[in-house]
Amino acid sequence: MRLKISHTTRYRFEVPVTFGLQQLRLRPRSRRDQQVIRWDMTLEGATHQLSYEDHHGNYVDLIGFDRDCTELSVRCEGEVEIGEAHGVIGRHVGLVPLWLYQRVTPRTKAGPAVKALLKSVEGGTVLGRCHALMPAIAEAVAYETGSSESHWTAEEALTEGRGVCQDHAHVLIACAREAGWPARYVSGYLMMDDRTAQDAMHAWAEVHVPDLGWVGFDPANAMSPDEHYVRVALGLDYGDAAPVNGRRVGGEGESLEVAIEIAQQ
Amino acid sequence: MADRPIFDEMTGLGDEVRQPYANFHGWFEGEDPRHLRAKQREAEELFRLTGITFNVYGRAEAEERLIPFDIIPRIIAGREWQRLSRGIEQRVRALNAFLYDIYHGQEIIKAGRIPQDMISRNDAFEPQMIGVTPPGRVYTHIVGIDLVRTGPDQFYVLEDNGRTPSGVSYMLENRETMLQMFPELFTRNRVQPVQTYPTDLLNSLSACAPDCAEGKPCVAVMTPGIYNSAYFEHAFLADQMGVELVEGNDMRVMDGRLCMRTTQGYKPIDVIYRRIDDAFLDPLNFNPESALGVPGIMDVYRAGRLTIANAPGTGICDDKAIYSYMPEIVEFYTGERPLLENVPTWRCAEPAALAYVLDNLKELVVKEVHGSGGYGMLIGPTSSKKELSDFRKKLMARPSNYIAQPTLALSTVPIFTKAGLSPRHVDLRPYVLVSPQGINITPGGLTRVALKKGSLVVNSSQGGGTKDTWVLED
Amino acid sequence: MLGKTANGLFWMYRQLERAENIARLIETGQRIALTRLGSTEEEWKSVLQTSGSLAGYYEHLGDEITRDHAVDWLLRSKDNPGSVMSCIAQARHNARLVRTAITTEVWEATNTAYMTAKDQLARKVADRDLPGVLRMLRQRTGMVRGTTHGTMLRNEIYDFARIGTFLERADNTARIIDVKYYVLLPSVMSVGSSIDNVQWEILLRSVSGRGGFRMAYGAQTDPHDIAQFLILDRRMPRSLAFCIGKIIDNMAYLSADYGGQLPCCVMAEEVQQKYLRLSIDEVFEYGLHEYIQKMLGEMAALGRQIEIDYRFYE
Repeated sequence: MRLKISHTTRYRFEVPVTFGLQQLRLRPRSRRDQQVIRWDMTLEGATHQLSYEDHHGNYVDLIGFDRDCTELSVRCEGEVEIGEAHGVIGRHVGLVPLWLYQRVTPRTKAGPAVKALLKSVEGGTVLGRCHALMPAIAEAVAYETGSSESHWTAEEALTEGRGVCQDHAHVLIACAREAGWPARYVSGYLMMDDRTAQDAMHAWAEVHVPDLGWVGFDPANAMSPDEHYVRVALGLDYGDAAPVNGRRVGGEGESLEVAIEIAQQ
Repeated sequence: MADRPIFDEMTGLGDEVRQPYANFHGWFEGEDPRHLRAKQREAEELFRLTGITFNVYGRAEAEERLIPFDIIPRIIAGREWQRLSRGIEQRVRALNAFLYDIYHGQEIIKAGRIPQDMISRNDAFEPQMIGVTPPGRVYTHIVGIDLVRTGPDQFYVLEDNGRTPSGVSYMLENRETMLQMFPELFTRNRVQPVQTYPTDLLNSLSACAPDCAEGKPCVAVMTPGIYNSAYFEHAFLADQMGVELVEGNDMRVMDGRLCMRTTQGYKPIDVIYRRIDDAFLDPLNFNPESALGVPGIMDVYRAGRLTIANAPGTGICDDKAIYSYMPEIVEFYTGERPLLENVPTWRCAEPAALAYVLDNLKELVVKEVHGSGGYGMLIGPTSSKKELSDFRKKLMARPSNYIAQPTLALSTVPIFTKAGLSPRHVDLRPYVLVSPQGINITPGGLTRVALKKGSLVVNSSQGGGTKDTWVLED
Repeated sequence: MLGKTANGLFWMYRQLERAENIARLIETGQRIALTRLGSTEEEWKSVLQTSGSLAGYYEHLGDEITRDHAVDWLLRSKDNPGSVMSCIAQARHNARLVRTAITTEVWEATNTAYMTAKDQLARKVADRDLPGVLRMLRQRTGMVRGTTHGTMLRNEIYDFARIGTFLERADNTARIIDVKYYVLLPSVMSVGSSIDNVQWEILLRSVSGRGGFRMAYGAQTDPHDIAQFLILDRRMPRSLAFCIGKIIDNMAYLSADYGGQLPCCVMAEEVQQKYLRLSIDEVFEYGLHEYIQKMLGEMAALGRQIEIDYRFYE
């Protein structure tokens, strides 16, 4: 399936930004079942500084605010061809040792709620338990747009009983690592059949399953990613894979506007 | 411990003056002690005047302190040094190969030579360094190898300092002071020079510049600031190299480079010799609370447009559990038998070793795996019953946090006291520079001396002093 | 050079200059007390005013101004950022900050000045020791100036050191005149009254200018001449015209090194053009007080512009 994506993030600042940087993880990379046909990034109010590939294999762009910037827009536009692999990414490749994905991070530290959830799907194969976890998570953490804070941990989301896709992914990762399975966070795009305009990127998780390798699980939709999913960035948790990570001087009174359009070509 | 013979570097095990000291001893015998005492005072005055001080952590300017200096040099024969430096070079080569490997294929783990836990559970392992290959594959550019001696031919490595070895300014100033006070000694003895160190350091760092450097690379020294305990050394090195001494707030990332704010605008830096810990280096990529670092410096580094010396993540070399594997590490990467010996080390994480350590606590030195500066360690033979039982509890609560070593009969070198010469225990930190062009070891290094009679603790933070260290031309 | 380093040099030399000026003010005050020619309290008050620390004095030591308190406040108080001790300590702090820019000799001289001050000012200074202590402090800061002259390259580092020195000195001279301007005004009293003579002498002493004045203008003291001497005389190293001239010179060296003239250079030249090419009669016509106020304002603005142009902070 070929998807056409456009993604514009626009910041407005009441007080001009005198100096600032943003680290962007917004460029998808090609892999076996994902061909990036073209991908362009246009900046207004900022200048591209440099690019590199981080340890998870993500493309990173560092941009610098133009002096006294009051409006910044980052516009990504591209086309990606997705193959159907039923969520299977496959063998672990790259320099990052698999054990790194077993490392517990503050956001994915298992507390009583995570442990109880994991216990509820006891028995069976890793693959089976992950599939069972997806609806369990969706039920335990009600999807509510804007309900959670971006610094919430998996445990907090479970305790609050609500959250967004980021929290779903964190809970699944926390369960997997608690069980000793390597797991990672994925940020990306999801094409929805009923609409083209969206207001946020999507997030899900991947677990390293014996024999299959990496397999994707999207608890928010209780399914493994198919050809509707575009992988953009990976990490141990949201912190590693965040689309935008920035610091600035000035720029008080920020307002943010995100417009995403995803359509089948 | 007391029943073991202690090797004195001047008189050996007996009263005969050893060869390297023969000339010095002859001179000393002919000197009036009153004159020497005056010289000792003069030396202290000189240090105070030059302002060679270290700050006591977390206190203001009023707390600058001098490290005591002893005027009796420590003398090493040229051929002794040659043997030592071959061992040091081998070890430093192995350390850099090890760092490359653990941030790439981790072959040493795959080969089963060190357990995966050693890396995966190590806080000093920096995931952001995975896949990063600095110019010339040099990760640790400036290394200090701490050595102790127990006999004429017996040296041991006590620890490796691959992160930010300090003290080199004392090596240089100690020599400068000796040259000023006893010029005649240097005409009677042919002492190998150390004064080329700053130039060597600059050349070594320049040779590690990234490809984007144009012309003569721009090198800068980064300090956490004037209140840091080693600020004097940071300023000293920058001054001696003729480069800028910068703090985090003097720099920002611009045009894809790390730039410093000069009176004429922002200028790019090619190589930064940073004397600030990894965690504080970059609030964008590491500790977001850090006010000392530069946001985005790691991004510039990972894009290959900056050399950071030493590289982030080199602290893993300083880990004392990793240290215990150094013989395996040296063999694995060099294919040679280690020329320098490790002190036998019990890793308390291993049950059998822990049992042994608990049974023999009174005979051992126990150290924290990540500790430094002589803090948090136990010296069994000189500890009270209560100290031993308190430490036993800590050890049992977190065995993997500790290693243990036998108490070595450290060599002594005489110091000048009111009653004349008196032996004191010493260690030695030679300084090593690594660049794609090779490994450079300054002949000598910093000799630290325990000023208290019988004490084995040489750390300046615990009341140790320093001496000039001579390597003679044979 | 780093902007931070330029800032550190500028302030290191300003503070050394200030320490010296305060020491000189104390000497002057002491002199008045000894000769008992003026009202002691009034004179110490004007000394405190000149040093810019009168408000701090009131806050820390109360309303009563005594000689003892004033001397101690100006000499060694830690609560007074403008005390001789505080200035020398700050100068050394800045010297440490710019250690890589100054020579070993300059650093050692600064460090020695600091160690001497710390030692000599550890306790309250007894009356009879005061002249000796002040002399020693002046010598020690003089050593820094001497080593600066003798060992530093004539480059941007030197330029910032000089600009700091002369901006502080000009500011100091202007403050001295500001506090005492009235004694120079045409008086209703007969010229040459003993009161006036004392005041004029105080003025000249505060800038170490008695001998120089005699040499240039003769033994007969005249307020017009004094004003001319302190403001416009380009032979007098503490006059406003001299100091501003030096600042302009050093800025010109910087401009030659860096290429292009910065706003602060233009500003300094404008000050010279507008205020220092006048005759002393024109200054009196302008109004001495207004004129000095104006100069103080211009110099503060110049200091701020220097900070911006040479990127001291951002």
